[in-house]
Amino acid sequence: MSIKTKALTKSIWVFHVSCGSCNNCDIEILDCFTPRHDIERFGVQLIGSVRHADAILITGAMNRKSVPRMKKIYEQAPKPCVVVAVGQCALSRHMFRYSYNVREPLDEILPVDLYIPGCPPKPEAIISGIVKLVEKLNKGK
Amino acid sequence: MKIIFNYLIFPGLFTAVCVGLLAGWFDRKISARLQWRVGPPWYQNFIDIVKLFGKETIIPRSSRWTFILAPYLGFLSIVLAAVILGKAMLSPLESFYGDIIVILYLLTMPAISMIIGASSSRNPLASVGASREMKLVLGYELPFVLSLIAVIIKCQGSIQLGSIINYQISFGSNIFSFSGILAFIAAFFAMQAKLGLAPFDISEAEQEIMAGTLIEYSGLLLAVYKLIKAVMLYAMPLLLICLFMGKDLGWVLLILKYIGIVLLIVLVKNTNPRMRIDQALRFFWGPVTIVAALSVILAAVGL
Ligand code: SF4
Repeated sequence: MSIKTKALTKSIWVFHVSCGSCNNCDIEILDCFTPRHDIERFGVQLIGSVRHADAILITGAMNRKSVPRMKKIYEQAPKPCVVVAVGQCALSRHMFRYSYNVREPLDEILPVDLYIPGCPPKPEAIISGIVKLVEKLNKGK
Repeated sequence: MKIIFNYLIFPGLFTAVCVGLLAGWFDRKISARLQWRVGPPWYQNFIDIVKLFGKETIIPRSSRWTFILAPYLGFLSIVLAAVILGKAMLSPLESFYGDIIVILYLLTMPAISMIIGASSSRNPLASVGASREMKLVLGYELPFVLSLIAVIIKCQGSIQLGSIINYQISFGSNIFSFSGILAFIAAFFAMQAKLGLAPFDISEAEQEIMAGTLIEYSGLLLAVYKLIKAVMLYAMPLLLICLFMGKDLGWVLLILKYIGIVLLIVLVKNTNPRMRIDQALRFFWGPVTIVAALSVILAAVGL
């Protein structure tokens, strides 16, 4: 394992995009940074600009408006950068599956590295997802 | 040879970066403890830097060269300031005449490099950040210079760090006089703003203008900016120690004083919300400048 991936797994800076979620998933993501769960102890940090991102967390179903914007955001991120889908909406379009406005699931648009299911996923689920992500990165990607 | 050693290893680059990153961790850990969290491990900031070195560096379609060179400009000058400061503290007699003025200029360079870098990135939010940074520089330089003048008057008009330290060794630390403590308070606020920490982190306000001046920087160049922050966190408290608490500079006491000042910075940072830019300017040109001017007058009278 190179020192690069080692450093990457120890300090994941997260950029959080909401592509039209109901806001519950976003709140659960923020929960991870509260005193009870505190994922800063693993070096995870929420940052403001995509240019600093190591992981992009996407919540919500991708509607027609957000697809081109999401693609743009992904292109702006410096690689290596992983994409994490949080919540049923992002995973499978959930209750919006037959909507006229949500035409394709997220993983047909972007290469998704990690799926965290739940509606909304518990903070524990998100943390366990991060652990799995770290394992995956360590195995080499 | 000795000069290169000084610049690269001992009071300079290597030491400054290590101490600065450790102080940065100290800041994060204390903030976490104040918020009842656990906080990151001690090597976190080092890992962040190593990680940023390994990332892709994206350069926007803009004035490329200023965008790339601006962080290095700031980094080289702040390291130079750290070296001059460290040398003066190690052997006060070797410092050269007028170094305090050189340091004053060098300490402004990071802010200027940030303004140049941000405005050459062609990002609207970055230009908002740059304009805020510019106003902030105008705000804090005045009280900072005034408090330096107070110290200079107090030490019989010497503009040499070494003789300021020597004066304090023979006549006691500046901070224990009326003018000294007032000047220290003014310089402390100016330092908080120079370090870009809350309540003066206006130019990087993450919640309003994303990352402000740093918004377009990624990878290596962002790492250089993080290193600038780290070296600032090393140099600024040392300068204050040098100017105001220069009596006993043994290793243990020096480290204790350094930790004390950093702790004070972190406490102020964690207990104050961010100001608006107009409030910050009013604060610096109002109360802080008055305090600094008062200290100059007191120093001139000889208190
Ligand atoms: S997965 Fe559930 S909680 Fe999350 S955005 Fe969709 S509906 Fe809301």
